[in-house]
Amino acid sequence: MKLARSAAAIAIAALALTACAPPTSNNAASSSDEQTGTVRVWLFSEVNQDPKSAVVKEAITEFEAAHSGAKIDVQYIPVDSRAERFKAAFNDPSSAPDVAEFGNTDLASYVASGGLADVTEDIKAWDESKDLDQKILDTTEIDGKNYGVPWFVGVRALYYRTDLLQQLGLEVPKTLDDVETVARAVRAANPDLLGISVGGAAQFSAMPYLWANGGEIATKEGDKFVSGLDSTESREGVAAYTRLLKDDICPAQTCAEFGGNASVQQFIAGKSAMTIGGDFNYKAVSASAIKDKFAVVPVPGKTAGSIAPAFAGGNNLGVFNSSKHHTLAADFVKLLASKKYQQKMFDSMGNLPTFSDVQQSVADNNKQVEPFINTLRAGTNFVPVTETWSTIDAQGVFTGMYQKVVTGKADVNTATTEAAAAMNTAFGSK
Amino acid sequence: MTALAPVRPESPRDPSTPSKGPTTAVRKIRRRARLEPWFYLAPAFIVLIALLGYPIFQLVNVSLYDYRQAQVSGKAPLKFTGLENYQKLFADPQFWTVLGNTVLFAAVCVVFTLLVGSSLAVLATRLRPWVRSMLFVVSLGAWATPAVTGSAVWLFLFDPTLGLVNKTLVGIGLTQFQGYSWTYDKWSGFGLVASEVVWCSFPFVLVTVYAGIQAIPTEVIEAARIDGASMPRIAGSIMLPMLRPIVIVVTIQSIIWNFKIFSQIYIMTNGGGIAGQNLVLNVYGYQQAFAASLYGLGSALGVIMTALLMVITLVYLRILKRTGEAL
Repeated sequence: MKLARSAAAIAIAALALTACAPPTSNNAASSSDEQTGTVRVWLFSEVNQDPKSAVVKEAITEFEAAHSGAKIDVQYIPVDSRAERFKAAFNDPSSAPDVAEFGNTDLASYVASGGLADVTEDIKAWDESKDLDQKILDTTEIDGKNYGVPWFVGVRALYYRTDLLQQLGLEVPKTLDDVETVARAVRAANPDLLGISVGGAAQFSAMPYLWANGGEIATKEGDKFVSGLDSTESREGVAAYTRLLKDDICPAQTCAEFGGNASVQQFIAGKSAMTIGGDFNYKAVSASAIKDKFAVVPVPGKTAGSIAPAFAGGNNLGVFNSSKHHTLAADFVKLLASKKYQQKMFDSMGNLPTFSDVQQSVADNNKQVEPFINTLRAGTNFVPVTETWSTIDAQGVFTGMYQKVVTGKADVNTATTEAAAAMNTAFGSK
Repeated sequence: MTALAPVRPESPRDPSTPSKGPTTAVRKIRRRARLEPWFYLAPAFIVLIALLGYPIFQLVNVSLYDYRQAQVSGKAPLKFTGLENYQKLFADPQFWTVLGNTVLFAAVCVVFTLLVGSSLAVLATRLRPWVRSMLFVVSLGAWATPAVTGSAVWLFLFDPTLGLVNKTLVGIGLTQFQGYSWTYDKWSGFGLVASEVVWCSFPFVLVTVYAGIQAIPTEVIEAARIDGASMPRIAGSIMLPMLRPIVIVVTIQSIIWNFKIFSQIYIMTNGGGIAGQNLVLNVYGYQQAFAASLYGLGSALGVIMTALLMVITLVYLRILKRTGEAL
């Protein structure tokens, strides 16, 4: 009796383990392509929402006039909870939108989840696409296929205090070494100020240092990424950046925990002589107390006159794999990401366009975006386009490397070796 | 319409089946007597299985698979990997560091929570009623504060440049606290979070232990006093043993709560501190499972945590049972 009972229990347990696999959903591409109906669109909500809504509304009116029987239904979703929203949409295709705005660093993980549709053909058939900034378009490409259309870009440049540099008779930094020297000189003269506010967690401020020194986060070898953080060049880049987080420039006690935003806040508060900030920070800086006392130049490279490769952040527009209106959805993407509407988005929101010619005309007419456009034109760089990057990012491998160095937990060689190993493990677990 | 007809399931032990021997009736009664308690327990069991059994089953189940976002949304094939997730964790030095952090952090929090709570409870019995009421109101305020709010307020207080604590310390001449970051160093970071945790969890101990002390019959203590027992003797030999059940409950609860700490660490150290130095198991699990979308690995962490808590609780109960009478 007892034996039979335990045998039954074991049998049930075994059955449960083999038969009840964890739930998975079927996220196959939709086979239908309806030419009428409602196209659902997700866009990110903004702190200052009205100008964005106005431009989008204009695009919708134009689109609906050109496509009879089609309707656009836009929903603005918060950026902070996007991960949950997108995962839920991938798990339950019936609740997914047809078109979505998303950050370009999220693209690879969305593609790996099977959520985004291949839009290579749509881009090819689009006459404006030949003017797209190739470096930016590359960020949407996986295995030769494009999964999104770049809508706008964000790049960082060097903000500095004109008054402080003038007082001390310092020249605007022309090389990365100059940045360090100037920063040190300002802090020596004003011990209450940070020479340059940078952060241990501000990965996009650290990347130009890595790339300008010839280093790489990772390179693709065959069909696999291999971390390049432990190369001599990368180590020089890491060492150069972490030298800024020292007591004579930006003390680790204060700066080790800063992310990009916190570093810029220090500059806005008038507590630092320089910072690495984005074009998207310009409005806030020019509305602050130091509005008449700052200027922006591209982050310089190793040699005078060169520009350090910046990280090409930005957002894409893409079509969901499960969409039943692929053609309509792609048409709307092409309209909203067209030159005309990118120009409108720049005028209302300040978003930098992704077309080379629009970038040029925008820079010609707006002095304040010139350093950012020049940075873009000098060539940008990007994080490895693989879904494992979001894992690496979430585990804090890249920022942890810098933080370990600046807090003295590891030297540059050890920290880079460890980070490279952790990255390779993540790349390999694909 | 036949589909709507009531279905009477055929029981495998249908009493109508022919049986041998004259003891059938007796057996039937015995069987019913044996089944009856289960019948009464059924509602509770169903609720337990639905709310506890199923999630734990899925947790264990998921931990045995290579289960990431790609698998959930059906892009990649689901692969049974057995204990691979566990092997990965055990081979990862970070896991052991985090486990060590968690145990130490929880232990410190438990000890201080119990010390502060019990001392204040004893103090409360000696205070005048209105002072005692004040004490209770103030501590209940701390208790009622949500973890997120409490952490944010604590962070304000300990802000490097604007915080009241640093300003006060600098004000009394300790200039080294000018711009001092409490979360920069691993242990001062943990200390900061631990102080917040103790602050928001001691009221529970205070209230419970105070109620326990009040419940001790005065006759017993009076009798001891008449017999000439000193105050420490009364506390050690009479009050403490009588408080034992309450102390056990409070300790186990504290262990479980502090082992599972999430919000305070997540908020006060910005998701695990500089280079992950302040990670504890729960935050680490969140980071792996949800932020990094490694659901399988995250579940394995969850299973380990559940198992550890069960073991701790069992061991603690055993020790107490051995040193004294049962609960």
